[in-house]
Amino acid sequence: MKYVISLVLGLLVGAGLFAAGLLFNPFAAAGGLSPLSVSKSEVIALNFANVPAESIAYTNDGESVQQPHPEKVLQLWEAPIRTTSAMTTVMRDARNRVAGIGVKFMSDSETTRLLQRDMIVDSVWYIYLPEHGSLFVEQTENYFPFVREVVFPAWRSSANGWRGNWRGDLSTGPGALGTAKVIGGSGRIEGLRMEGVEAMTVQAFSLDKGLVSAEGSLLIELPASRVADDEVMDLP
Amino acid sequence: MPDLLGELNIGESVLLKTFLVGIVLGLAAAAGVLYAVPVVDQVREASIVTVAPNGGNTEVFHVNIPMDRIMSGAPGRVTVPPGLKWPADEALAGIRTELFKIRNARDAVVGVAVRAAAENGGENVIDWVLHLPARGSMFVNMDVTPREGGFRIGEIRAGSQEFATMSGVMTEHWIVNEAADEDAPAGRIELQATYVGQLEPLDPVESSE
Repeated sequence: MKYVISLVLGLLVGAGLFAAGLLFNPFAAAGGLSPLSVSKSEVIALNFANVPAESIAYTNDGESVQQPHPEKVLQLWEAPIRTTSAMTTVMRDARNRVAGIGVKFMSDSETTRLLQRDMIVDSVWYIYLPEHGSLFVEQTENYFPFVREVVFPAWRSSANGWRGNWRGDLSTGPGALGTAKVIGGSGRIEGLRMEGVEAMTVQAFSLDKGLVSAEGSLLIELPASRVADDEVMDLP
Repeated sequence: MPDLLGELNIGESVLLKTFLVGIVLGLAAAAGVLYAVPVVDQVREASIVTVAPNGGNTEVFHVNIPMDRIMSGAPGRVTVPPGLKWPADEALAGIRTELFKIRNARDAVVGVAVRAAAENGGENVIDWVLHLPARGSMFVNMDVTPREGGFRIGEIRAGSQEFATMSGVMTEHWIVNEAADEDAPAGRIELQATYVGQLEPLDPVESSE
């Protein structure tokens, strides 16, 4: 009997060591610099509130940590959309002026592989900016760094919460450099194929309420040929 | 260095070895479970696709109004749900956004969608984005002027996953419900998508065989 107990204890310790290795692996590459942060091309920078209560409307299955907003919004309880959430929010420009409306749909992805530190969400944005036109953004996002650096410390905390300043790029594809695919639908960006990166900044997180203080941002790079011709001409 | 293992009697030594074997098995089992068991397993409704007479495939979705309307917001209009605060900023004047659940031909909910209509100077825009979890999303830019028969037609501009390589058109059509049932919807928005796969060049080796 004591050998069985010893084996079971060993199994539990082994599984715990594996989980710890997954979370604290010192050899795991940290998130690098966004490929668009060093771009010389013209960019559209958009900011938005990432806390459901600060959005125009947010809904999910109604059983998640993040509560739908407003209270009477229809919930996505049907089986095929149970792992989906939808958010409508005001998009602001870099000067914090209202730039347009954004709608984001997010669904848990079957490409999630915890062994590879991937917690993937398939998401799309529909954005209408009166100044530019309409945009469709398609991306996969990886929430593993957020879970490791914000959610897990909140779980360990006796207050079930986390406060600090966390910033990370969420976009991991489908672009080769981990960028989102952006397509212009109307207005001055009609027909343009662009790249984008979504990032999130979190100041406070609670295990009971989810995101308490957080902002999101989208950086969309316009095609280089539209702005870089004069730079090319400057080459010796 | 003291030989701690040597100081144990046979029973204790076997116990320690069992524990160490357990750790190795625990590591392997955790890795195996994470590798083999899917963390996310989306529920799929079988898609109902028919072959279009002139090529391509057709799929019909619909939205029952008002029960499938998740959100509706526009300046100066009644909002859905009650309590929704639509921003009053001047920059958003003329933008109307609606979120819906979308259903397939069997009346089962299969996804969510946004319909946005905007009047911006001389340019009017009507866009749809359909999001079908586990299948993908498509972005449709509609012609603003309705065709004869009261339907609009739009081009599928972009898509993701299953729809990434598709092009085609989608029509929207408002159909009034004439049933007298008390619980019946007021009507439905019918969306008919016609998909055409992109032409791909033949492999020269394959085509010569």
